[in-house]
Amino acid sequence: MAAVSLDHGLILAAILFVIGFVGLLTRRNLIVALACIEIMLNAAGLAFVVAGARWGSADGQVMFLFVLAMAAAEVAVGLALAIRFRQSLGRLDVDDADEMKG
Amino acid sequence: MTALFYIAAAVAIIATVLVITRSNLVHALLYLVVSLFAVAVVFYTLGAPFVAALEVIVYAGAIMMLFVFAVMLLNVSADAPLRVPRSAWIGPLVLIAVLLAELIYGIGLTNHALHAGEVGPQQVSAALFGPYVLGVELASMLLLAALIGARHIASQPESPGLDEPQPAGEAPDTRANEGGEA
Repeated sequence: MAAVSLDHGLILAAILFVIGFVGLLTRRNLIVALACIEIMLNAAGLAFVVAGARWGSADGQVMFLFVLAMAAAEVAVGLALAIRFRQSLGRLDVDDADEMKG
Repeated sequence: MTALFYIAAAVAIIATVLVITRSNLVHALLYLVVSLFAVAVVFYTLGAPFVAALEVIVYAGAIMMLFVFAVMLLNVSADAPLRVPRSAWIGPLVLIAVLLAELIYGIGLTNHALHAGEVGPQQVSAALFGPYVLGVELASMLLLAALIGARHIASQPESPGLDEPQPAGEAPDTRANEGGEA
């Protein structure tokens, strides 16, 4: 079990984070943008767990639990905003968000 | 365990790439579930079985359930898919490739081995309710605030709605907000 190196875990987290970032920058659908934020948060949590596993410590997993709670809170508010956005504008295009004006 | 880690990592990366490239929203969300399951396997191979279980239950279960419910509520599948022109991918991909190269360079290939053995639920819980108990309380307040906020934002606006401006001199509505000032 110890043969996985720390660097490979961190590189996996970096790759997942970067993929989520590319999606956030390019996709126009609001729900896909939220999913990309989930990918990035998950990658950050993965980095915490990998770093905790380096020293056999529970702290990394505890931090992942906090990231998990924050992701759940963020996605609840984000999807509520998506519902209101769609009701008032009829679309889910993030480019339409400049029409909200309060 | 090592082979398991690399296979799961490859599955996670491929599924995540598919998430951001599918134009069908439901397909993208299902690939996201695959990606989260793969990351759960990665957690298991890293010796974190408790977090792997939570990844499946909370991320792949609860959060993806929220996404799928939002998609069904909004009937997004009936929309024309929002196409992104291929030229829009070039700029972000170039910049992000530079960023990824810097990240990998910064991590450095020092070949530290991970700690052998797993950190089980007992140790995690002892840490969570020992030194981190304040964080647990803060997380509970954050979740309560998110619950109330989501309920408030997603609820239907009473007449007059949020979309049209309220006429001046209107009697204050019953929502006990800022005293009739729209």
